[in-house]
Amino acid sequence: MYHRVAAFRGLLFTRRALAPSTRLFSSSRPTFLNSLDTLSDDEEMFRDSVRRFAKDVVAPKVREMDENEMMDPTIIKGLFEQGLMGIEIPSELGGAESSFTSAVLTIEELAKIDPSVSVMCDVHNTLVNTVVRKYGTKEQREKYLPLLAQSKRSELLVVQLGSFCLSEAASGSDAFALQTRAKKEGNNWIINGSKMWITNSYEADIFLIFANIDPSKGYKGITCFLATRDMGIQISKKEEKLGIRASSTCTLNFDDLKVPEENVIGGEGKGYKIAIEILNEATSSGRIGIAAQMVGLAQGAFDKAVPYTYQRHQFGQPVGTFQGMAFSIAQAATDLEAARLLTYNAARRRDEGKSFTKEAAMAKYYASVVAQKVSGQAIEWAGGVGFTRETGIEKFWRDSKIGAIYEGTSNIQLQTIAKFIQKEYS
Amino acid sequence: MRPTSARFLNVLVPVKRCVDYAVKIRVNPDQKGIDLNVKHSMNPFDEIAVEEAVRLREKLKDAVKSIKVLTVGPPKAAETLRTALAMGADSGIHIELPETAPAPEPLSIAKLIKASIEKQSEPVDLVIMGKQAIDDDAGQTGQMLAGLLGWSQATFASKVEVDEANKLAHVTREIDGGLEEVKCKLPLVVTTDLRLNEPRYASLPNIMKAKKKPIEKFKPSDLGVDVTPILETIKISEPQKRVGGTKVGSVDELVAKLKAAGITAV
Repeated sequence: MYHRVAAFRGLLFTRRALAPSTRLFSSSRPTFLNSLDTLSDDEEMFRDSVRRFAKDVVAPKVREMDENEMMDPTIIKGLFEQGLMGIEIPSELGGAESSFTSAVLTIEELAKIDPSVSVMCDVHNTLVNTVVRKYGTKEQREKYLPLLAQSKRSELLVVQLGSFCLSEAASGSDAFALQTRAKKEGNNWIINGSKMWITNSYEADIFLIFANIDPSKGYKGITCFLATRDMGIQISKKEEKLGIRASSTCTLNFDDLKVPEENVIGGEGKGYKIAIEILNEATSSGRIGIAAQMVGLAQGAFDKAVPYTYQRHQFGQPVGTFQGMAFSIAQAATDLEAARLLTYNAARRRDEGKSFTKEAAMAKYYASVVAQKVSGQAIEWAGGVGFTRETGIEKFWRDSKIGAIYEGTSNIQLQTIAKFIQKEYS
Repeated sequence: MRPTSARFLNVLVPVKRCVDYAVKIRVNPDQKGIDLNVKHSMNPFDEIAVEEAVRLREKLKDAVKSIKVLTVGPPKAAETLRTALAMGADSGIHIELPETAPAPEPLSIAKLIKASIEKQSEPVDLVIMGKQAIDDDAGQTGQMLAGLLGWSQATFASKVEVDEANKLAHVTREIDGGLEEVKCKLPLVVTTDLRLNEPRYASLPNIMKAKKKPIEKFKPSDLGVDVTPILETIKISEPQKRVGGTKVGSVDELVAKLKAAGITAV
């Protein structure tokens, strides 16, 4: 009788009971002396809403999108309609004017179902939106933020997905070695070069392109340009990947791409600052976003495999109750909890205006390690069934590998953490 | 001069906070109740009711003057109101019961809703509510409310069309034999069935906007209603465990067994 109800609503895991004392009735975010996993009423309500959306709208399409290596346009549209693409954008510009922690919760909940959808939402919110919000002029913000937020429920909704174009064939971790050039001609900048490994690029309409306007100045010539697809960006080779296959990763070519001068974000020669801050330092939401994705991914794998271990009986008992299995599951749950708390704490610190670069690096690094481990174990817990593509458990393991690579490799994260420690202790 | 009330509809949607449909229900050792220390959410049929009210406004635009949501319950029930506000309702009414109070019965709820309607400064034209709550499956409140108010009622609605100019509504009802179409005069109580619509998810911007929407608080005594239960729950127990069946060797044997069990007279 409730099949249709089940179809449009859902919980992914059995919820532990919430004792009344942990409920918060204030509508603003929690203040002092709360546990790390305390959420405000809004954040809880919102997380439940995203969870339902992920379970009902995203889940049925996950396998198909992975097999076809293609993101379903209705999911992109659905994310915009739910207001999930303008989480921190002010409400007068069409956004939800919510906390960064709300963004983290969204990314985590989406990743429990599909890390590809999660990373699409993450890049759009934590990289593209944040750059335009923090570094855009008033005119740029008023022009582009409403397009990036776009949450009206409408048949005419034309979504404007964002893409962050920094990496090139010859520059990844060494981002400042980028070769794309921009030359001023009248009121326009002419951009030439190419970018590689660009997430969302197949579907995106708004591109933040980092190009050097004056190589003699080294990295101080790097400038951030906002370009739209119709300006003539060539999307070429779409990569065939091990994991997050539904998330598009393409090579972009700029052949005399003409971008008007009013589309320079943050000022000429300030691109390096934007890049470093958005990825590494002051505004670095990107890392915490990926940490959240990895945490959600690990949880998703855990939630698929563990119930199965209590249903599968061998030698007269559920396999999950054999001590060896139970201990392995318990350790995984512990690592997951640790990764989650690192992530939530970094997010809260950012919301509170405290320094969080070290914490963000720790969260991203650790969460990617845990995601790999837990998703790999989830396959083993489910046995042969875990190895087949049908159950979707193995997909989490394939998706997890990228966690240690993108948005700052694990070695880069460790280097960031080490620098902080050296500063503190020497 | 204010247009006649036929042109502007005031809609009331009572909603109930129940144990979430996905929770595994556990009966308490005393067999008088179930474990309530679990996730709660809005009754799914009430979500459909809120959705129908919001869609009515999307269709009739300014003709729908207000959508109020109402709930009777402990302080936590305010969350359910907020979810409804986030789906598109304008304001809420929370009739608060103490945390330890026994669950109110359909008749008490109907009386409270009636009293709230009478307390409103403007007449209510349409009440849309779930046909039943998934915790008690009583399915009585809507019908009792219509009876107490002396209003028309259209229950188990799978389609609702409101002709506000003529103060009428055309409702398609799901009945045992199929579908029944009724034409009702407003004011009207409609109870929703599963196939009426598919509720929207509360989007983040709407959740944030819902924070600013007003919620009025009342106590049952403010409305002059006594909510003391008149029914006593004697026992709650789990359904009997399914016992294995037996295999039969032939059709004749099957018919013989069915006859013996009294399932067929032939």
